Amino acid sequence: MHADAFDRYHDKESFIHRLDPRVKTIVTVVFIVSNALLPDGAWLAFVLAWVFLLSVNLLSKLGLIYTFKRSFVALPFALVAITVLVSIPGNPVASFRFLMWDFTITDAGLLRFVSILIRSWLSVQMAIMLVAVTRFPDLIHALEHLRVPAILTTIIAFLYRYLFVLVDEVYRLLRARESRSAAASGQRSGGSVLWRAKVAGNMAGQLFLRSYERSDRIYNAMLSRGYVGHLYTLNPHEMKSSDYLVTAFAIVLIFVMQIIGRL
Amino acid sequence: MLYSPAPLHIPDGFLNVAVSIICWVITVITLGVAISKTNKSLGERQVPLMGVMAAFIFAAQMINYPVLGGTSGHLLGGALAAITLGPWAGVLVMTAVITVQGLLFQDGGLLAMGANILNMGLLTAGVGYGLYRSVLGKSRKTQLVVAGIAAWLSVMAGALATSLQLWLSGTSDLRLVIPAMLSVHALIGLGEAAVTVAALGFIFRTRPDLLDEKSASAQGSRGWVVAGILITLAVVLLSPFASADPDGLERVAINIGFINNSQSAPFELIPDYAIPFLGETSISTIAAGAVGVLVVLAVAFLVGRSLQQKRAN
Repeated sequence: MHADAFDRYHDKESFIHRLDPRVKTIVTVVFIVSNALLPDGAWLAFVLAWVFLLSVNLLSKLGLIYTFKRSFVALPFALVAITVLVSIPGNPVASFRFLMWDFTITDAGLLRFVSILIRSWLSVQMAIMLVAVTRFPDLIHALEHLRVPAILTTIIAFLYRYLFVLVDEVYRLLRARESRSAAASGQRSGGSVLWRAKVAGNMAGQLFLRSYERSDRIYNAMLSRGYVGHLYTLNPHEMKSSDYLVTAFAIVLIFVMQIIGRL
Repeated sequence: MLYSPAPLHIPDGFLNVAVSIICWVITVITLGVAISKTNKSLGERQVPLMGVMAAFIFAAQMINYPVLGGTSGHLLGGALAAITLGPWAGVLVMTAVITVQGLLFQDGGLLAMGANILNMGLLTAGVGYGLYRSVLGKSRKTQLVVAGIAAWLSVMAGALATSLQLWLSGTSDLRLVIPAMLSVHALIGLGEAAVTVAALGFIFRTRPDLLDEKSASAQGSRGWVVAGILITLAVVLLSPFASADPDGLERVAINIGFINNSQSAPFELIPDYAIPFLGETSISTIAAGAVGVLVVLAVAFLVGRSLQQKRAN
């Protein structure tokens, strides 16, 4: 597997790409918090937030619907919010029978459900945007500049760096299991679910040992290259004048969205 | 499929700001303790180890096994990480895993990340390691059995906490979400327990030195046992109570002022949950004003820095 198998970065030459990663992180977080603060049914504000998102899409030259394409990852989680459809008191819209219970969908429930989905959908797209226009190592350095403790960012950096190596290891384990699991067609093969879980557990244990021993080798290799407990970068990460302005401008826009959402 | 999302990762938009911030505060405080503990007790050698082990947890979640008709189970890993690496290192490793899942794969939100770390990193480490610590030095069989129970409970604790957070945010109805979440995760937890026990058994057989009395795993203090037992009690006592008498729990929450009619608000122009906990009082107006002032100050500061930077160039 290639080293960038998990990379979500899309290399483009754009204004958004050139912004300091701190700016992008802060604006993303403010945008997501703002979405969470918008009241239910603030349709105009939701539309404005979407326009904001589309503009970032355009400015970053990723194409208008770039974030839209991957925006449905959070959809399965909507299941947990379905309960508000029937639990909030309001005027009945429709009712149905499920097994032995009667449920009535109310307009207030519907309003809240749709609002939750929209908030989530907008927020997810902004998060997709963040990693598409920021290299992950830059993002980690931004977190460090934003006072996330070094030990945590270093662990995250290592996780990112070695993930694909260990995933290759997992593929080797899975391939080995596959090649030892013959099955005649139409016949059930393998043991009980418990037995399968045990096999998976043995594989996890094997992976643990391989990872553990690998980390030793990695550490020795790092020492031989002069590791002193800190990771360095050649990227200066300096906030320029325009970076401050863009942050201020974005915050003002998001604030205006909040005001419009509450009028 | 390289990576399949687990059902406990809460995306953004499902928790309200108050619940998110409370979870973040708990998470940040605990992480602060974890970092100062690991900085004290571990050398720089441990940092690459924890990083690679975080990648291990991430990769181990990909080892799935077929369960029933196309569905498959896989590991969450919180208990396993805490038992093998020691509780504080386990907390940091799980935090890194959840952060990358949220940042890179959008599996779990950014504002909701505090809650996700709390549910899947802190609670799982607390109950997973706490119970395991209580039988440290006992026979291997006892250790494995207790580790299995701890792994199952860790999933249940995460599911219960997730349900409660969703309910406090007004996203789910307690009556439906608790039984649904807990019954699904009772099954998922069985898989977690089986895989955790098998993995630990494998490590016991091949590298027992990693889990003996002198290992990192044994370094956690006895206090973890208390934490583990407390979380266990919370799961064991709260789950039946919440399932059988959700109105009771709701009443308790209203009495201590946690819920401010979040479910009746949608029709008001300025909903009372806009400024959490304050309600539609003059305090709320003042708070809204304060937020406005803060925004203006932030913008003024940024513009000022911008001008300063320009002059410097």
